[in-house]
Amino acid sequence: MIAHAIFFYTFSIIAVVSAIMVTASKNTVHSVFFLILDFISISCLFIMIGAEFLGMIMLIVYVGAVAVLFLFVVMMLNVAQQKNQWFASKDSSKHIPVGLIISTLIFFEIIIVIGGWKYKPEIFDINNSITQTSISNTHSLGQVLYTDYIHVFQISGMILLVAMVGAIVLTFRQRSGLKRQSYIKQISRERAEGVEVLEVQSNKGVKIDD
Amino acid sequence: MIEIGLGHYLTLGAIIFSIGVIGIFLNRKNIIVILMSIELILLAVNINLVAFSIYLGDLAGQVFTLFILTVAAAEAAIGLAIIVVYFRNSGTIRVEEIDKLKG
Repeated sequence: MIAHAIFFYTFSIIAVVSAIMVTASKNTVHSVFFLILDFISISCLFIMIGAEFLGMIMLIVYVGAVAVLFLFVVMMLNVAQQKNQWFASKDSSKHIPVGLIISTLIFFEIIIVIGGWKYKPEIFDINNSITQTSISNTHSLGQVLYTDYIHVFQISGMILLVAMVGAIVLTFRQRSGLKRQSYIKQISRERAEGVEVLEVQSNKGVKIDD
Repeated sequence: MIEIGLGHYLTLGAIIFSIGVIGIFLNRKNIIVILMSIELILLAVNINLVAFSIYLGDLAGQVFTLFILTVAAAEAAIGLAIIVVYFRNSGTIRVEEIDKLKG
């Protein structure tokens, strides 16, 4: 239990500090790296409390795909040099107290909700948390996911397909001046389009470039 | 303090959620950091779902965390594509200079 507490506090402190650094870092690339650190520490927490499949999936999806996507976009748009100026412009300073007040309000509301569990312990018993250790987490998750939640699973696949098509359609652009092959044009080429018969006068030659 | 219970994980989720909200409000730089704050908020929701799922012994929370993960990835891809198109058209993604999307 001591080890559980030590690991929990270590990973959660890393997660909170890196979440603060995501929003406060001057450089956007550093923000992305702190986001990666945040995902890694949270996935370590997931693995620690027994949701190891989700922890691994989180590493693969967030660190391997989403964070790398962020990194690509940050480097492609060349915004890394734009400095983070929280307090620089005059009119931005009036956002800061509003944001702090709203987020502390949200925080204390959630804390009050969590504290409400303490005084109503009969709502649920934390001690019934013994998951059956005979089958692994991945096994039991798969048994539920492909039977009870199969429709939701397929709909999430459709969401990913739509997102992929949407991202491609949004960022696709036809560049001008690009030479490319068109099979239809090549096959349907006639003799009249390619060959021109000229009347050549003697001692003049042929100028092709007109 | 030593006994790590459900409340600890929920508190961690609340802290990260609040940091995400602060990041959306206080960000003066570019809109990519706002997208990252949204990812933080979704991460906090995932922490809550997984903690409840483990401590209540119900697998539905982990299944829904999987779907939230899917939707978050799709949202990040679409959002970044929109940002790339916007940057290509207007040359800036600073938050105070983005005013073309007036309803």
